[in-house]
Amino acid sequence: MTDLANAESTGVPVELTTRKDWSSDQEVRWCPGCGDYSILAAVQMLMPDLGVRRESTVFLSGIGCAARFPYYMNTYGMHSIHGRAPAIATGLATTRPDLDVWVVTGDGDSLSIGGNHLIHALRRNVNLTILLFNNQIYGLTKGQYSPTSEMAKVTKSTPFGSLEQPFNPLSLALGAEAGFVARTHDMDRKHMMETFRRAHDHNGASFVEIYQNCNVFNDGAFEAITGKDNRADMLIPLVHGEPIRFGPEGEHGVVNHRDGSVEVVEVADVGESALLVHDEHRENPGLAFQLSRLSRGPHEPTPIGVLRDVERPEYGAQMAAQIEDATARRGPGDLRALLRSGSSWTVE
Amino acid sequence: MPDTTADPKPHHLLHRVVIRFAGDSGDGMQLTGDRFTTTSALLGNDLATFPDFPAEIRAPAGTLAGVSAFQVHISDHDISTPGDSPNVLVAMNPAALKANLSILPKGATIIVNADAFDERSLAKADYETNPLEDGSLSAYTVYEVPMTSITTEVSKEAGVKPRDAERSKNFFALGLISWLYTRPIEDTIVWIEERYAGKPLVMEANLRAFKAGYHFGETAELFESSYEVKPAVQKHGEYVNITGNTAVAWGLIAASVRSGLPLFLGTYPITPASDILHELSKHKQFGVRTFQAEDEISGIGAALGAAFGGSLGVTTTSGPGLDLKSETMGLAISLELPLLIVDVQRGGPSTGLPTKTEQADLLHAMYGRHGESPLPIVAAKTPSHCFEATLEAVRLAVKYRTPVILLSDGYLANGTEPWRLPDMDDLPSIEPGFAAAPNHTDAEGNEVFWPYVRDEQTLARPWAPPGVAGLEHRIGGLEKADGSGNVSYDGANHETMTRLRAAKIAGIALDIPPTDVDAQDGAEVLVIGWGSTYGAIAAGVERIRARGHKVDQAHLVHLNPFPADLGEVVGRYRRVLVPEVNTGQLSRLLRAEYLVDAISFTQVEGIPFRAAAMEAAILRQIESAAGSTTGPGGNGSAPSTGKATD
Repeated sequence: MTDLANAESTGVPVELTTRKDWSSDQEVRWCPGCGDYSILAAVQMLMPDLGVRRESTVFLSGIGCAARFPYYMNTYGMHSIHGRAPAIATGLATTRPDLDVWVVTGDGDSLSIGGNHLIHALRRNVNLTILLFNNQIYGLTKGQYSPTSEMAKVTKSTPFGSLEQPFNPLSLALGAEAGFVARTHDMDRKHMMETFRRAHDHNGASFVEIYQNCNVFNDGAFEAITGKDNRADMLIPLVHGEPIRFGPEGEHGVVNHRDGSVEVVEVADVGESALLVHDEHRENPGLAFQLSRLSRGPHEPTPIGVLRDVERPEYGAQMAAQIEDATARRGPGDLRALLRSGSSWTVE
Repeated sequence: MPDTTADPKPHHLLHRVVIRFAGDSGDGMQLTGDRFTTTSALLGNDLATFPDFPAEIRAPAGTLAGVSAFQVHISDHDISTPGDSPNVLVAMNPAALKANLSILPKGATIIVNADAFDERSLAKADYETNPLEDGSLSAYTVYEVPMTSITTEVSKEAGVKPRDAERSKNFFALGLISWLYTRPIEDTIVWIEERYAGKPLVMEANLRAFKAGYHFGETAELFESSYEVKPAVQKHGEYVNITGNTAVAWGLIAASVRSGLPLFLGTYPITPASDILHELSKHKQFGVRTFQAEDEISGIGAALGAAFGGSLGVTTTSGPGLDLKSETMGLAISLELPLLIVDVQRGGPSTGLPTKTEQADLLHAMYGRHGESPLPIVAAKTPSHCFEATLEAVRLAVKYRTPVILLSDGYLANGTEPWRLPDMDDLPSIEPGFAAAPNHTDAEGNEVFWPYVRDEQTLARPWAPPGVAGLEHRIGGLEKADGSGNVSYDGANHETMTRLRAAKIAGIALDIPPTDVDAQDGAEVLVIGWGSTYGAIAAGVERIRARGHKVDQAHLVHLNPFPADLGEVVGRYRRVLVPEVNTGQLSRLLRAEYLVDAISFTQVEGIPFRAAAMEAAILRQIESAAGSTTGPGGNGSAPSTGKATD
């Protein structure tokens, strides 16, 4: 059998690299000012710190602006079909557990045409790091509403306003049994890098929603919460083991009511001890789900960071274990014996 | 087993017999037919089978819609079809009789479960009078056997409840037919003991019913004689009886072993292809990974992802599933990665006839993708040939870095025939030939890897799965620059790449055998087919030759590209007849490619051609060729259908 799968176990130490080593020679062709640039920079700057090899790293994408991402990474990569990246990545990650497989996608790509593949990759817990660039608009097709666009949104295809309830990507991922669910945004490189690092290190499917500004077709969609002057009051950083609070002085906080709901409160009103202490590792996703719906859109205080980080068996490893088990019990496959496994007879 | 030499009843030798087991979907007719087939195979008969069952798992019991049948043709000589019409019909209820009577020739034998011909069951089958009593079966030899009551009686002694005991009546029928055709019974006894080891009462009931059926034939004063079909003269070797689906599964494992490529099957359950998944999922000790995807699209997508990673990526499907895979096939053509798509064809359009056979996906396989997107097509011709065809399809996929469609169909998938096991050393070798080093020097003199530098001979690009330092590269569905593989929107480059992709596939013609013509000196008519019509065409050709006429037969395994000499071959004949279970797809391709006046002969009834219909169609061409002084391009090209002549 191929020894490709053993490439990682050669014992050769991982070479020290810089951002430049991870950048391909291709000219980046996103619109000037696009949020994708800062996400690309965050990923390229993070890679040297991850202790991984370029040859063992694969970026896979579907179709959309975000999907050009693999062309700009000096790794193995594939720019595939609209919505299908999680399916293609499932085949790759399941057969090549030695690889780091990243899926770069957008709100149209994996919440609309590829919704089915996304939820099943999460449910199966395939070892993938999925970065969903959410700009709440179709950019590459020039400005139609997307499955995350707010209701009543006026776009090229909805001159009278969108009639559709948007998806909440984090709620969707949690409902799809995702073990790792996080949110970050394109205006905070440090937060992106830390979130991506956590997602990469998680064994199994990790899902990161990135609020990303499309300055051409949906400019300022997240300004109310990610703008420099707004962040302190509008972003709620989730830190494991810490009470959830935010505001320039930490004056706001989140409480968990007896009925399970969560609410933004003034710390002064309830006292610090009443605040919800964030626990990423809760087996039950109910509270993470509540947090994912704390904000109804990027105009209210919105949690960022890791909502859920729970380990469960990874799909490819389980498949490999079944092969190992079958081989241990029956011995390695014998083609001659296979062909005779039914009733055979001999003609002299 | 009773000593047959002491059998007081006369014993006749037959050269061949066609038996059709028919009953309700829940009566276990497929199992019964399958057991009879296995026993006959072990005895050394040549055989062919045709399972014929409804799409509903359990249609209302006793109705015509719920009739399930299994036809088996056993013989002491080489045969190629499951038989045009049964010599014997075993009918477990009135609906089974009614549904199958039209295909029985006068004089055939009918063995009925007499207990099932009560008023209620007759009504369910829309019989106004009892056919056993109204004289409507006078042209047949009818044996009325109280199968249910005897089965219930013998099982009751073993402590089985009557309601459960009744379910063993298919084993009674199997026992009876085993006696009638002198089949050994030990093998089936062992089989019942093993299969029902976990359910001792069921095992006991089945055993008793089976033996009771056998003894009934021997002792009841109903059957005047028993029959025997001697073993066929077969080539020396080891044999198994195999379905097309199993042969595909084993072919895939063999391809994995021969190539060293780990096998990955990404698929979604669909009739009649699912058994390939079932079979492969059992053999994990070969490193086989089977992935039951969320849909057809994901199945092929995951297979393509696995291929990108250096596995043998395979997807299996049928009918509407093929439509859904078109998109990813286009990507695989653009990425130029090896990928196998197995299409087990069934009746269409849409859901169509899920359990019935058809070969109407050829033009879809050829052209069913947007853009200029050629790919090789290989078609299996018999159940056992599915093994060889699978290996050939994988060989082409790996060597030419391309998706390949392997066409099977419902008849091949479920039909069986004896297969002489190949010598392991005779299996083709398949070399992955992964890229190992940079293949290009850039302007600055650096050694780099270009993913679209082509092999001069095959025009194939390098296959460079991740994991090798220095070969990092990005590929995608956007048009790529010739050589570097970078995104290119340049029109001239697109022209180059389009023609390169086409030339690569067309060039395969030089890597496949020339057209295999079963030729007779001086024949003026060529019958050319593809896929599962092989058996029926061969049987028709044999009948024509037996009449003293000359006719040649060719059967295509490679549908794209065609063998390099095919144009010259079809140009030699006055008449070229193309039988297909569609409305004329290969005939269109032959006409378009070679300007030959290919004459289409087709039927789409969900069943294979009958040899008699084939014989008549060939005969018409022979007569027309004899009466004509013109060569190809003369008259006689009006399409005809199998139905009209049958």
